[in-house]
Amino acid sequence: MQEIFEFLYANKEMLFIIALSILLGIEVISNVPAILHTPLMSGANAIHGVVIIGAIIVMGHAESTSSLILGFLAVILGTLNVVGGFVVTDRMLEMFKKKTKKN
Amino acid sequence: MNQIIQHIEQYSFTGGQSILEMIYLFASILFVLGLKMLSHPDTARRGNLWAAFGMTIAIIGTILFHKKDGQSIGNIGWIAGGIVIGTVIGWAVAKRVKMTAMPQLVSLFNGMGGACAALISLMEFPHLHIVNGNYNAGLVVTIVLGAMIGTVSFTGSMIAFGKLNGNLGDIRNKIMRPINMLILLALLVLIVVNTFFPKFIQHEDYQTFDMTLLWVLFGLSFVYGILFVYPIGGADMPVVISLLNSFTGLAAAFGGFLYHNQAMLTGGILVGSSGTILTILMCKAMNRSLFNVIAGAFGGSTGAATNVEGNIKEITLSDAAVLLSYSQKVAIVPGYGLAVAQAQHTCHELDKALSDKGVEVIYAIHPVAGRMPGHMNVLLAEADVPYEKLVEMDDINPDISNVDVVVVVGANDVVNPAAEDDPGSPIYGMPIIKAREAKNVIVMKRGMGKGYAAIENMLFYHPKTRMLFGDAKASIQKLLEEVKNL
Repeated sequence: MQEIFEFLYANKEMLFIIALSILLGIEVISNVPAILHTPLMSGANAIHGVVIIGAIIVMGHAESTSSLILGFLAVILGTLNVVGGFVVTDRMLEMFKKKTKKN
Repeated sequence: MNQIIQHIEQYSFTGGQSILEMIYLFASILFVLGLKMLSHPDTARRGNLWAAFGMTIAIIGTILFHKKDGQSIGNIGWIAGGIVIGTVIGWAVAKRVKMTAMPQLVSLFNGMGGACAALISLMEFPHLHIVNGNYNAGLVVTIVLGAMIGTVSFTGSMIAFGKLNGNLGDIRNKIMRPINMLILLALLVLIVVNTFFPKFIQHEDYQTFDMTLLWVLFGLSFVYGILFVYPIGGADMPVVISLLNSFTGLAAAFGGFLYHNQAMLTGGILVGSSGTILTILMCKAMNRSLFNVIAGAFGGSTGAATNVEGNIKEITLSDAAVLLSYSQKVAIVPGYGLAVAQAQHTCHELDKALSDKGVEVIYAIHPVAGRMPGHMNVLLAEADVPYEKLVEMDDINPDISNVDVVVVVGANDVVNPAAEDDPGSPIYGMPIIKAREAKNVIVMKRGMGKGYAAIENMLFYHPKTRMLFGDAKASIQKLLEEVKNL
């Protein structure tokens, strides 16, 4: 029990961030028109590519060959998520933009 | 002199750290604003770029300024190499893919993120600090959960990719659901055991965790991801992708917790929560509970009791052309068939030809038509169909009895009256576009195959309905010529 209390206390700022981010996430995407659901999902998909930072950190301190290989793989996968995600979203939205100009 | 150097070194150390934290703060703000802007048509594209910019500075900042126990990021060559490879592949794939293949691509990239999170957990677990059998249980939970959720998200996304891409068929078996539940239970037990009763390996002067349990956990998560998505078919695929998307967000957030990294934490949690809300919105649109989706095996028990009454009536091209040309109001209901046939441009030409004849043409969009929510909107936007012509389900339904002809192009489940009539149907309760209440219905279909949810559609047998068989694009093309020749 003591451990749990300690953990909660030691990470109190993180818990605040988590709670507020949850509310923010809900708030930010409410009232989204259905037309934007796909790009929004795709954009959010790109944003969770932020996991690449973790990959860079592990990679940056990797020593053994196996962790070098795994880290390298993780960096590639993370980058795919980020770059692919943003580029696909941009492509989807490009078509919307063309539309608004004409109208 | 020494003192001064020491002072400067110390200063530059904390300076870098605080610059990095400020970069993360800035990046987090950009993520939030980007997401917010993504939810308005006018600002969406800029929002995406803002978020991408936030991501770029967060990555560069991490490489330049991150320090762990006073050590800077090493292996820069490897990291840069990985980023270059990932960028080239990601960019090329994302640029080249056809618009119809977008949903599976999002699923694929989502899986990459999940795998990345799982790999991080795998690499961090052996590094956990243990002193005399004491360890930080919170960190263990964080790592183990990250491993599990990341892996489930990875395999799940790969299966979703395979299914959407047509590489994998549907297997529905009643055993799958209990097996899924068992695996989930086993996973939860494993997490508890791994956290509170771990085994250690004694090295000369330090201890590490025994990795066996973690490997078992990986294996089970791997299988769970597969079994979780495999039985899900039908209208549920969009929900699954959205759910897996928020899973990966969670996995990223666990990484953030692990490294006390605010950018990962905010980014991950934002996606996790907004993804969950999006998922729930979609579930609501289909009148299904999230639990039902998570437990898997949707649509396993098809109402076999459906009696097929009436006959299929076909319509000739010239009849269809006449019917359409002399109508006042025509509503086109697009579905995945339109996407597969790449018929959006031809469809728009037909709509223009009819409009020239004074017919009012609108597109009735079901929120989950296609393979992703908003899929049809994206597709029709590509074909330059004006916004005002796209009418959402809730707006068209009250007015549908005034529509002379509803043209169903490659849609099935979203117009299936079983959703209203047949309590035994797996899609019972899902809101549909009430096509049968219109004066006439023309259904364009490749053959008498069933919809994605694999259930019979009584609309095809309805007295008002006439069928036009063939590839959607070819049919519309021919119809277009007929209409022009009238």
